[in-house]
Amino acid sequence: MKPFKSHRGIAAPLPKSNINTDLIVPARYLLRTRKDGFADALFSDLRYEVDGTPTSDFVLNQPPFDTATVLVAGDNFGCGSSREHAVWSLADYGFRVVIAPSFADIFHGNSLQNGLLVIPTPQATVDQICSTLTANPGTEIAVDLDAQTVVCGNLSYTFEIDPYRKECLLKGLSETADTLRSLSTIETFESQHGQSRPWLAAPHQS
Amino acid sequence: MGTNLFEKIWTANSVMERPDGATLLFVDRHIVHDATSQGFDKMEAEGHSLRRPDLTFGLADHYVATGNSTAQRKPSFDQMVSRLDAESRRWGFDSFGPGSRKQGIVHVAGPELGITLPGCVLVCGDSHTATHGAMGALAFGIGASEIAHVLATQTIWQRKPKQMRVTIDGTLGQSVTAKDLILALIGKIGAGGGTGHVIEYAGSAIRGLSMEGRLTVCNMTIEAGARTGMIAPDETTISYLEGRDYAPKGEAWDRAVAHWRTLVSDDDAVFDREVVMHSDEVAPMVTWGTSPMDVLPITGTVPDPSVAGSDDERKRISHALDYMGLTAGMQLTDIRIDRAFIGSCTNGRIEDLRAAAAVVKGRKAQVPAFVTSGSGQVKAQAEAEGLDRIFTEAGFEWTDPGCSMCVAMNGDLVPPGERCASSSNRNFEGRQGRGSRTHLVSPSMAAAAAVTGHLADVRKFTGSRS
Ligand code: SF4
Repeated sequence: MKPFKSHRGIAAPLPKSNINTDLIVPARYLLRTRKDGFADALFSDLRYEVDGTPTSDFVLNQPPFDTATVLVAGDNFGCGSSREHAVWSLADYGFRVVIAPSFADIFHGNSLQNGLLVIPTPQATVDQICSTLTANPGTEIAVDLDAQTVVCGNLSYTFEIDPYRKECLLKGLSETADTLRSLSTIETFESQHGQSRPWLAAPHQS
Repeated sequence: MGTNLFEKIWTANSVMERPDGATLLFVDRHIVHDATSQGFDKMEAEGHSLRRPDLTFGLADHYVATGNSTAQRKPSFDQMVSRLDAESRRWGFDSFGPGSRKQGIVHVAGPELGITLPGCVLVCGDSHTATHGAMGALAFGIGASEIAHVLATQTIWQRKPKQMRVTIDGTLGQSVTAKDLILALIGKIGAGGGTGHVIEYAGSAIRGLSMEGRLTVCNMTIEAGARTGMIAPDETTISYLEGRDYAPKGEAWDRAVAHWRTLVSDDDAVFDREVVMHSDEVAPMVTWGTSPMDVLPITGTVPDPSVAGSDDERKRISHALDYMGLTAGMQLTDIRIDRAFIGSCTNGRIEDLRAAAAVVKGRKAQVPAFVTSGSGQVKAQAEAEGLDRIFTEAGFEWTDPGCSMCVAMNGDLVPPGERCASSSNRNFEGRQGRGSRTHLVSPSMAAAAAVTGHLADVRKFTGSRS
């Protein structure tokens, strides 16, 4: 995972509630592999007409928001299907941070596992940020993970994050890599477990 | 204070704890399928390799072709299936694809092959992994990053869920099945009624179920929002497992059985929540809406949104009726259907096909209908018993094993606007294909609907009405 220490970039406002993972990445893209990339799949039903031409009214098709790396959205962001492709499409498109009043559980977990920082932020603050972004398109948002601060124009605030997840993000550690640091503990457990339950340890087809 | 079944397995498989309160569980069985390739990609992208190929098993199910005549297949579906095969050869784990008698839906073939054993922690990248809990296992579905974690470490971080016990006592009425029990329970506690909990099923009605019936109950536990379902292993479980392909043999079997007999909740075990139901209350059930909790006995009528308890609920019901094309107050048995589907990980087992065939025998399908076995072994067994001929003589299609029309990912789909009586588990909008309308029922109820062309009370076909 790419480490996340701080980030500064143009922010795009998308102040709708309940943006579900089907909308973030439609089911027809699920056949792709991670290597294929999901940048073009992001919000594809909002970004493109049926014939593939870009829609004119969608925020990410309007400069300077087309180069945004921070997304500011409505509450319950990422609800619905557990597909991790939703996080990959945001990340592949170039987003590093999503700010919203709340995030769906599974999406929240999936994001932090992929280096996409999600920042739960009170609704009133989100509203304020969105008005700033609309009034001054191209406004940048600066996020410092270590200090847990967000700065947008004159506005600044601090946010909460699980200390374990914070450390993984700062160091760019994936949970898997971190778990493997305890490999010897796992191995010790495994051998005891295997001895007390030999029927579980070595399944072989008859 | 005693401990319950869940706690016994949780404790036995706890490797360590993290300061944030998460527990690292050792995974005894990891099953991968043809829609979980992203997990392998992620594992490799992070530079890891498969740690325990001997505890990893592959089964192709979501994208496999079943030979259904209405399928709209794409070449990419076959690529997903061959991808699983390639991963299994690359990393050296056992995997079964189309053509193998052992292939089938993860949640049908896993127990049937003896991959799932009592007391094991089993995970798979599919929410219906809850099914395997019927064998006394702790089994749950996981996401792609978690799959990668399990592949690389054979462990998974979990927060301890709360525990709920659902006790169902009594005997089942005529033509009432495990599917009707679980639908009735979801109707009672709601689609979010189990959120944050693992459910242990107990009571004489549960004890009286066959292994197949228990798997059906645990399968749909996820539709009540619970993390998983479990049933303590007993003689039914043990005799089901004996001699299965991956089940222990000889001395290992005896040791295993001795251990499995200890896997019961102690008499004084405590649960965070208790729900009690009596099976006498349960009739053959059918869903009318777009959530599995939208369920009623077949003798009922389509509900009226205006009598809903809240404004939100009124809106939800109206929207569901709109989507389903139904009018409040109409008899459920007056709802005409366009097709019927018998299969899926809920009801694609031999007992399900026998029950459906008993209704179909000597009758004719009035609408396109097909039967998809849950696994190659189920299909072979059904053919040995002549069930395939009963279905085909009645005009049903008899297709190859897979998920098929349950999720429509392999191209087997219900066309837009059509109504399907289905033995599967989800009646969400678009689940069986864009614009499809699903009525969840038991396999014999799906058969009764197929031979009449409308939702029907199966009890009329199976003897005196109770
Ligand atoms: S049969 Fe349906 S519910 Fe079961 S695993 Fe397949 S797609 Fe999922």
